[in-house]
Amino acid sequence: MELDSKIPSGPIADKWTKHRFEMKLVNPANKRKYDVIVVGTGLAGGSAAATLAELGYNVHAFCFHGSPRRAHSIAAQGGINAAKNYPNDGDSIHRLFYDTVKGGDFRSREANVHRLAEVSVNIIDQCVAQGVPFAREYGGLLDNRSFGGAQVSRTFYARGQTGQQLLLGAYSALSRQIGLGKVRMHVFKEMLDLVVVDGHAKGIITRDLRTGKIESHAAHAVVLATGGYSTVFFLSTNAKGCNVTAGYRAHRRGAAFANPCYTQIHPTCIPQHGDHQAKLTLMSESLRNDGRVWVPKKPNDPRRARDIPEAERDYYLERKYPSFGNLAPRDIASRSAKEACDNGLGVGSSKRGVYLDFRDSISRLGKDAISARYGNLFDMYQRITDENPYEVPMRIYPAPHYTMGGLWVDYNLMSTIPGLFVIGEANFSDHGANRLGASALMQGLADGYFVLPYTIGDYLARIPSTPITAGSEHAAAASEVTKQTEKLLSIDGKRSVDSFHRELGMLMLDKCGMARNEQRLKEAIEQIPAIREEFWENVSVPGSGAELNQQLEKAGRVADYLEFAELMCRDALMRNESCGGHFREEYQTADGEALRDDENYCFAGAWEYTGKGNSPKLHREPLVFENVPLAIRSYK
Amino acid sequence: MNNLLAFFSSSIGRKVLIAITGLLLVLFLIAHLIGNLLFFLGPDSLNSYAAALKGNPALLWSARIGLLTVFVLHLMNALALAMQNRAARGVQYQNKGYMAATAASRTMVITGLVVLLYVAYHLSHFTLGLTNPDHFSMHDAQGRHDVYGMILHGFQIPVVAWGYVAAMLVVAYHLSHGIQSSLQTFGLRNENYTPCVKQFSVFLALLLCLGFSSIPLAVQFGLVG
Amino acid sequence: MNFTLHVWRQKNVDSPGQMVIYPARDISPDSSFIEMIDVVNSGLAEKGEDPIAYEADCLEGICGCCSMTINGIPHGPGRGATTCQLHMRSFQDGEHIYIEPFRSAAFPLVKDLMVDRSSFDRIIQAGGFISVNTGGAQDANSIPIPKDDADLAFDAAQCIGCGACVAGCKNGAAMLFTAAKVAQLARLPQGQPERYRRVVHMVETMDNEGFGSCTNQYECEAVCPKEISVRYIAEMNRDYIKAKLCK
Repeated sequence: MELDSKIPSGPIADKWTKHRFEMKLVNPANKRKYDVIVVGTGLAGGSAAATLAELGYNVHAFCFHGSPRRAHSIAAQGGINAAKNYPNDGDSIHRLFYDTVKGGDFRSREANVHRLAEVSVNIIDQCVAQGVPFAREYGGLLDNRSFGGAQVSRTFYARGQTGQQLLLGAYSALSRQIGLGKVRMHVFKEMLDLVVVDGHAKGIITRDLRTGKIESHAAHAVVLATGGYSTVFFLSTNAKGCNVTAGYRAHRRGAAFANPCYTQIHPTCIPQHGDHQAKLTLMSESLRNDGRVWVPKKPNDPRRARDIPEAERDYYLERKYPSFGNLAPRDIASRSAKEACDNGLGVGSSKRGVYLDFRDSISRLGKDAISARYGNLFDMYQRITDENPYEVPMRIYPAPHYTMGGLWVDYNLMSTIPGLFVIGEANFSDHGANRLGASALMQGLADGYFVLPYTIGDYLARIPSTPITAGSEHAAAASEVTKQTEKLLSIDGKRSVDSFHRELGMLMLDKCGMARNEQRLKEAIEQIPAIREEFWENVSVPGSGAELNQQLEKAGRVADYLEFAELMCRDALMRNESCGGHFREEYQTADGEALRDDENYCFAGAWEYTGKGNSPKLHREPLVFENVPLAIRSYK
Repeated sequence: MNNLLAFFSSSIGRKVLIAITGLLLVLFLIAHLIGNLLFFLGPDSLNSYAAALKGNPALLWSARIGLLTVFVLHLMNALALAMQNRAARGVQYQNKGYMAATAASRTMVITGLVVLLYVAYHLSHFTLGLTNPDHFSMHDAQGRHDVYGMILHGFQIPVVAWGYVAAMLVVAYHLSHGIQSSLQTFGLRNENYTPCVKQFSVFLALLLCLGFSSIPLAVQFGLVG
Repeated sequence: MNFTLHVWRQKNVDSPGQMVIYPARDISPDSSFIEMIDVVNSGLAEKGEDPIAYEADCLEGICGCCSMTINGIPHGPGRGATTCQLHMRSFQDGEHIYIEPFRSAAFPLVKDLMVDRSSFDRIIQAGGFISVNTGGAQDANSIPIPKDDADLAFDAAQCIGCGACVAGCKNGAAMLFTAAKVAQLARLPQGQPERYRRVVHMVETMDNEGFGSCTNQYECEAVCPKEISVRYIAEMNRDYIKAKLCK
């Protein structure tokens, strides 16, 4: 396997423009002869499917939900970054590029990030034209707010529901194309395998969740927009249905998986409350604009928050990072919270929580102003915890949230399998080892609206447009899928699927979570196969495969996680440095900050699948930093 | 014309038709009430008003035909929509609760049908003279049809009088939702005046009920005659 | 806490369905309704019985997946929340809880508590968009929009497409859903060129999908997890009347 990143030559600011000219085009009359499969209808998949159809391709879009509008992008709260510089506070494309490379702790690909910053401005224009109701000033112009990891206000938002509004925008564009007959929408269909013909991706195998029917779909190219894998931790901020299955099965078919250990733990989530909890609830990081994070100075302080005087509170983010304060990047804020709780300073019944206090901003701005900014978040917090955050500080704790790792793609967003494109959170490309707030929405839409529609043309223009139908490779893949389904149903064991998922999740959180070390990772690599073995002998999947069977769906996803988790741990063990969301306890500075090793680890680590039971093979894509000089990431 | 037909066969168009005809019926009720209230001015006023109406058959019959058309349109469209609406549920709930929908709004079809039955009786009593022919055939001193006497005698029978009052209560219940609902259907809504419209709707319904009921009540309590 | 659940079980749209009773034991008052069902389901799965099929995904009230009618009210008691945001502390210990799917002829049942709401998608496909191709947009700030209009458009745009409005309405009407999208786009300058065409197409599709019609009972607004106002229904009526009679 060769990793050719295909980064265009020339100055960073000109690469994308030059590349767009150099790419081959498909003649408008020929576009309708090409079939493209898009799996997933979140921000990336929805926008890509709509845009490809607008261009004239025949698009087949797939989602496992009953409607394309239900993808988990809908839950993103805070906002979307764009280098518009409307507030006139010194922002520029170059600054967004710089912040993102630095925020990613110098583990992303410069050329991709610069392109992302360039198209960010077009995204806002596009969304406004679609009728996305962004927040506005009284003068009628768009409002901006600041977000973690940046010193300018470049985040556009729609109350606390930015993801919803952007997704509904993409969904409306997609719906228009479905109505016009240019996109064929397949709902309730889960992708269970990728079909590779002569080394090129030529289709997918799906299971119809309502009837259990295994179906083959053929196309000239396949686009995966299947999101991230945070639910490997079982409890995360992701939706229950999020999974790695599509990406992992493509990996087994030959797509390299890059940087799986780069996972982001979001600092502002509602702490866990019980053993049966199904997920953790995130509250937008925008809360850190006006909330102050603190813990009592005294361990196990029994007093209520309001009774602890100012002098006995430790506003630890403001103390440790005076210039960024409460807006320190996510990885840093999360790790600091963990450190405080590890030192016995945690609050709440579980002692795994820190305060996020709005007392000062309420007295400065008034309750109404705070309510206008965060009303829905405050309501949500109160509904879940039964506490009123206008009166007592919120309790927050970090939770797995986003995964920077994903299938390896080149500059054209094509994986190591020609014809297989990967966009949005499912790929690895733009965020390095840590993603800044409000950048996920930006990347999803950038890939879907403005990057993939160009780069896929360059691939399609080079392959024949002859009609494509399912062949023997499709049949073989479909029969493998059927076999796995039958196997899962035949085990007839004693333990529920969830109990395995929960066990794996707790193990991963403990050994491959916010802080990792060699010993614990090695333990995990030993323990995961044992869980996997038990799963294949003792899982209980009632019902049949020929009907709606939610346990069967989950079982397939958990089976993939049981393999994928091991890859994650191997990646974390391989990377003998700390960077961004990957924190190895052995590699830290004297004051507990992440210590990168640029000499040995300034590369993207892409893993090749080498067959069942074999160790995966690592390939290195060196990362070159010509425009943002490698530096210690400091937010002090 | 085709456009108009298409409009009135859409769900919103049908509702507009129900709302228009409903409001016309309310106007009719107001006119009817004003006529009725002449009862309190004595036999002469009421009987001469009735004679004047009868003396102009062109006006009378065009009003009657118009009214019948409006009534039938209101009824048929409402029933057609009600059947569609029932079909729209598919399988019925085993257990259905409501948070906001008022009982009046949920029983429009039932109250409407009760009013229909009552109207049939009301017409056979006072317009066709089928139920009490002896009251219907009376004439006053000037030889006019004695409407006053017919009403007086009719309402001296307790069942007739109290049945009438009960029917007016049902009408009021129907209108308390119907009047305000029609404005929503026309899209005439505004966060400032809509709350007032709702109150006015109930007020007008009660006023009509009170006005109509005042006659049988006055007769029953011996205030008249 | 302990509860007795009466749950609608139905294998698929062609089989008959019925209410089945399940006990739910030792439920934390802090757990959500979905977590409570999960506990019951884990018990069923471990006994080898078919767990209750239901739809829920994001568990934070925004994806619009959950579709349970609880004690006769879509998304259960309490205003402005979806089923996944409902906590067991809202119920009495020992209470009997009746759980049925969202009932509508336009939402064919998939299994148990799961329904197919693609009729909503078809209403949007008929016109719930602004026809702008990617790349053709002007600068975002070149169209100033009064804040009040933007806010009202946003209030309507919050719809999560769950279908509670239909399930709660005595008539099974989809007016609130349709109106929310029509009114959102009609409020914005970008939505003007297609304003009247849009409302006509969306209302016609809504009618053809087999939804009922509105009799202005406002149950939809009360059960809507995003508390979308029925004022948008009036706005849609106005636009539709204008489109059909004045354009």
